[in-house]
Amino acid sequence: MGFDFNNPFGSITELLTSLLINLGLPQPLVSVILAVVGAGILAGVTLTTAGVFNIWLERKIGARFQDRLGPNRVGPFGLFQGIADAIKLTLKEDITPTGADKVVFNVAPLLAVMSVVGLWAVVPFAPQLIGADLNVGVLYVVAIGGVGTLSVIMAGWSSNNKYALLGALRTVAMLISFEIPMVLVLLVPTMLAGSMGMVAIVNGQDVWFLLLAPVAAFVFFVSSLAEVGRTPFDLIEAESEIVAGYNIEYSGMKFGMFMVAEFFHSFTIGALFTVLFLGGWRGPGSETYPILGLVYFVAKTFFMYFIVMWIRYTFPRVRIDQMMALNWKFLTPLALVVVMATAVVDKLALSQGWPRTPVHLALNGTLVLLTLGLMQAYARALRRRVEGMRQPEAGEIAGAAVGPGS
Amino acid sequence: MLDQWIFVAALLPIGLVMAATPIVAGQLLAPRKPNDIKLSTYECGVETVGDTWVQFKVQYYIYALIFVIFDIEAIFLFPWAVAYNQLQLYMVLEGVLFILILAGGLLYAWRKGALEWL
Repeated sequence: MGFDFNNPFGSITELLTSLLINLGLPQPLVSVILAVVGAGILAGVTLTTAGVFNIWLERKIGARFQDRLGPNRVGPFGLFQGIADAIKLTLKEDITPTGADKVVFNVAPLLAVMSVVGLWAVVPFAPQLIGADLNVGVLYVVAIGGVGTLSVIMAGWSSNNKYALLGALRTVAMLISFEIPMVLVLLVPTMLAGSMGMVAIVNGQDVWFLLLAPVAAFVFFVSSLAEVGRTPFDLIEAESEIVAGYNIEYSGMKFGMFMVAEFFHSFTIGALFTVLFLGGWRGPGSETYPILGLVYFVAKTFFMYFIVMWIRYTFPRVRIDQMMALNWKFLTPLALVVVMATAVVDKLALSQGWPRTPVHLALNGTLVLLTLGLMQAYARALRRRVEGMRQPEAGEIAGAAVGPGS
Repeated sequence: MLDQWIFVAALLPIGLVMAATPIVAGQLLAPRKPNDIKLSTYECGVETVGDTWVQFKVQYYIYALIFVIFDIEAIFLFPWAVAYNQLQLYMVLEGVLFILILAGGLLYAWRKGALEWL
């Protein structure tokens, strides 16, 4: 078998496998070796990209949003800023507070990074280029994301600091709350593709799921933003709120690992959103030239990451009770309704022979209108209740207009 | 299909090692001059007051409880969603009925005030 240009990634794997087998190694050992090498390359490439390039990108783009330049001293265009930060953090003293639970304290940052690195195992970059084509890919994503939540509570609990503990509890309350709409809405791509495996979901996107399920995509995007802890949901790390929250007692590279995990996670949700809703590596010509598939995937992921940054530098922070109300009273009911409606309508469309995309677009449009109508009615009722409670001021008849624009 | 998990089994330890390496490098390269004040717990610059593991609101427990209920519901719904293409309409409606019952539970929790952040 030669190098097949129409299937470069698959043929690389075959070449390496045959090379190792010809060296006399047994088949199971060959697959283990290839898995370890592949995992090393994946973890190395993605961690380096996230740790160095993405941090530079974030700071540059954030600076431009705020009408300033960003880092431009260290290296050309400030490209080595991430490396400089890493070196600085390495050389800082590593303080473990007295009374801290040493084992849990040290393991927490490791778990935070491990959970985010593990997410990349199921992301399909190109037609044959995926770490592990698990048939439970979506469920695996949710499960590994949960390990990150665990690391937060470990960090807060073991720090021997009551503010770290309270910060960690608030953070975990937010994280588990927003996991519910995320998991519920992940049912929609699963239904539309007929499988939980990421490769199957990408292969089922002849029409992007963003067009078939825009409300589901919106709910997933908002919940992932909260899962990562990005603005407008970055209460957990806002300096003005609770001074670094659960990682207040961490210094040096352990804190660096928490920071890297957070940056990396926000890049990862860009990749997950791309795979689940934007068609992954699909695009014109990507079936015949798999390299193009990789290019499309990277472009879409960076575009989603740009949107995440855009939202960060545009919106103000949300208060925690507003955030919980948003989740339990808006996103969760919306997710439930979307799953039910998509399930019924898709089955009906199949049996009645309606065209799929317009029917789903109409359904989602109806849902959006219904939601907006309900929210308007609720706001009107709330306003009426507040006005009814307001005491009339001196010299004013109750019910009369208060002033211009009331 | 099961041999795909070898990659996961390889990636997770590599992730751990990649996280541990800078930390170990830090412990080798960084200065280590502990003194009592540096090692003491941080509480906005003043002496700590009271025990560390304080009481916390019961609302966190209620959120965790509601999370568990809906998470289990979602887990039960995944097989239904995976088999979706082979289902008939009445089977889909049964799944919808399941979701409706649990949505009723959410409405009950809402009206009872269990979802308020006290």
